[in-house]
Amino acid sequence: MSNRVTNLLVPIVSVVLGLIVGAIIMLVSGYSPIEGYAALWNGIFGDLYTVGETLRQITPYLLAGLAVAFAFRSGLFNIGVEGQLIVGWFAAAYVGVAVELPKIIHLPLAILAAAVAGALWGFVPGLLKAKFRVHEVIVTIMMNYIALHVTNALIRTVSEGGDRTERIFTSASLRSEFLENLTEFSRLHMGLLLALIMVGVMWFILEKTTLGFELKAVGFNQHASEYAGMNVNKNIIMAMVISGAFAGLAGAMEALGTFEYVSSKGGFTGIGFDGIAVALLGMNTPLGVIFGATLFGSLKYGALNMPNAAGIPIEIVEIVIAVIIFFVASGYIIRLLLLRAAGKKKEAK
Amino acid sequence: MSFLEILYFIVPSAIFYAAPLILVAIGGVFSERSGVVNIGLEGLMVIGAFVGILFNLLFADTFGGLTPWLALVAAMVAALLLSLLHAVASISFRADQVVSGVAINLLAIALALYLVKSIFDKGQTDFISERFARYNVPVLSEIPVIGPLFFTSVYNTSFFAIGVAILAWFVIYKTPFGLRLRAVGEHPMAADTMGINVARMRYVAVMISGALAGIGGAIYAQTITGDFGHATINGQGFMALAAMIFGKWHPLGAMGAALFFGFAQSLSIVGSSIPYIQEIPNVFLLILPYVLTIFALAGFIGRANAPKANGKPYIKGQR
Repeated sequence: MSNRVTNLLVPIVSVVLGLIVGAIIMLVSGYSPIEGYAALWNGIFGDLYTVGETLRQITPYLLAGLAVAFAFRSGLFNIGVEGQLIVGWFAAAYVGVAVELPKIIHLPLAILAAAVAGALWGFVPGLLKAKFRVHEVIVTIMMNYIALHVTNALIRTVSEGGDRTERIFTSASLRSEFLENLTEFSRLHMGLLLALIMVGVMWFILEKTTLGFELKAVGFNQHASEYAGMNVNKNIIMAMVISGAFAGLAGAMEALGTFEYVSSKGGFTGIGFDGIAVALLGMNTPLGVIFGATLFGSLKYGALNMPNAAGIPIEIVEIVIAVIIFFVASGYIIRLLLLRAAGKKKEAK
Repeated sequence: MSFLEILYFIVPSAIFYAAPLILVAIGGVFSERSGVVNIGLEGLMVIGAFVGILFNLLFADTFGGLTPWLALVAAMVAALLLSLLHAVASISFRADQVVSGVAINLLAIALALYLVKSIFDKGQTDFISERFARYNVPVLSEIPVIGPLFFTSVYNTSFFAIGVAILAWFVIYKTPFGLRLRAVGEHPMAADTMGINVARMRYVAVMISGALAGIGGAIYAQTITGDFGHATINGQGFMALAAMIFGKWHPLGAMGAALFFGFAQSLSIVGSSIPYIQEIPNVFLLILPYVLTIFALAGFIGRANAPKANGKPYIKGQR
């Protein structure tokens, strides 16, 4: 079995194992796994409305996955996607309600605000990593909580004591009548297109530009890159800034498309953390992120149908996702088992 | 309100909030000193809180006043078992330890809520009837100043937490086990050469961290919230992780940091009734622990260096 095939098999085996563990848990706790997964399936593909909503759910997952994957490729672990997404969400919504402009200016401005806010939130851990060699994982975790509390306070200020902002002006909205009519009035919006363009952008940066080449080089071996004359510190900061910008855009999807406002939060949205799962499953490649986001976005939205249709708590899907991450992370052992299995077959021949 | 009265008000509440943080941070110290990053503390705390509350609800009639303490044991066992998953992934399967920790966090909260909904048919559990009780320590609470500060309406769990911190310091710095633990986290190959079983040391360390995080979670739930729902733990595990780093991976340092963070947390909750403090916008108190941790890491408050081999799987024979 070639290395390439094994690499592709690890995520697939992990997904299958995750679904099996989910089935076992349903069975043990007295539910029918067949009913459960049927409800999940119908929650994803049931009718045009659910398909539209599933695609809507996939949109921020694409961008959050890109954010994590992009940082990973440069050897950085951005757990801060969640926080960058939250500040992006707020920034976009703020620009959406604060001014009214012609759509051609307003919408790009709001989207840009989200990207800049996310980039700024990514810049801090990048700078600390570059200047002080501080591990980005801890800083980004702390930045998540700072983002949560700061945006909550800002929302209170903006809404004069309330817990959500006004609805954004339609000139900043990503919603499109065409897509809504197409999908029986789901909240599917133009953001999906933007997210797919961004997948292309990430591919272009990584594969076709000097910057991308340097980023990947730094990800592989910092010392070698430095020896080759690359500015490692600059690349670390760039990687976190671009990653943060992707995450901020994921927030813009929620602010300008799905909800059209921002409300104060008691806890995290979870999209940023699921972005880690998306990137891992997609092996940090742009195409892989599409695969990962589609799977996890669908699972997440489809799960909403499970309590009604089969009486199973939606958390079963979160358990499945966690188990999938666990198996992907333990890729070493799966690879080992796959190689052994392949080796045995050869011997038998 | 006089200054002393403010202290009488705020110090006991700070210690009260700090107790679970101390235990979980100490757990983190054990794990990371052995070279295994444990982002999963949050999840381990969640499982501890859930099992603690569940045990308390189920057995309150049987065990009466002893229930909360027995619930701690149940929580400890449950979190220890979950931490084994992290240990297997990060030690034996050579998984990325941060990723495995993230998976533990996602799994714990999902599993706990799934079980809550299956058992109680709603989003959170009932409130427990047997809580840890506050009491005044006889004799000691009569001492002026110190009495009302540290020995009036206290929880036994706070003394327990401080005791564990001191015990952890002794174990890590004064016993052969502790020396081996630190050696494995700093230079596993050297330790291996000297005949220390690196994998076994790391397994033990991760299990200790799981046990302590479970107890911490159960104490948090049984003293502060009284029930279990999706927002019960809400970042306490990460706060403990921050305390561990702010305390520079040292048990007593972690305890000090946890006490300080407990202080900040209690200020953000009871601060609105204290003069001067109520002038400060709440958000600054809420983000204070996180900002301080970033400063500590950046070296503005003394350099915090992680154990050298932290986060790296040990592969025999690999340089």
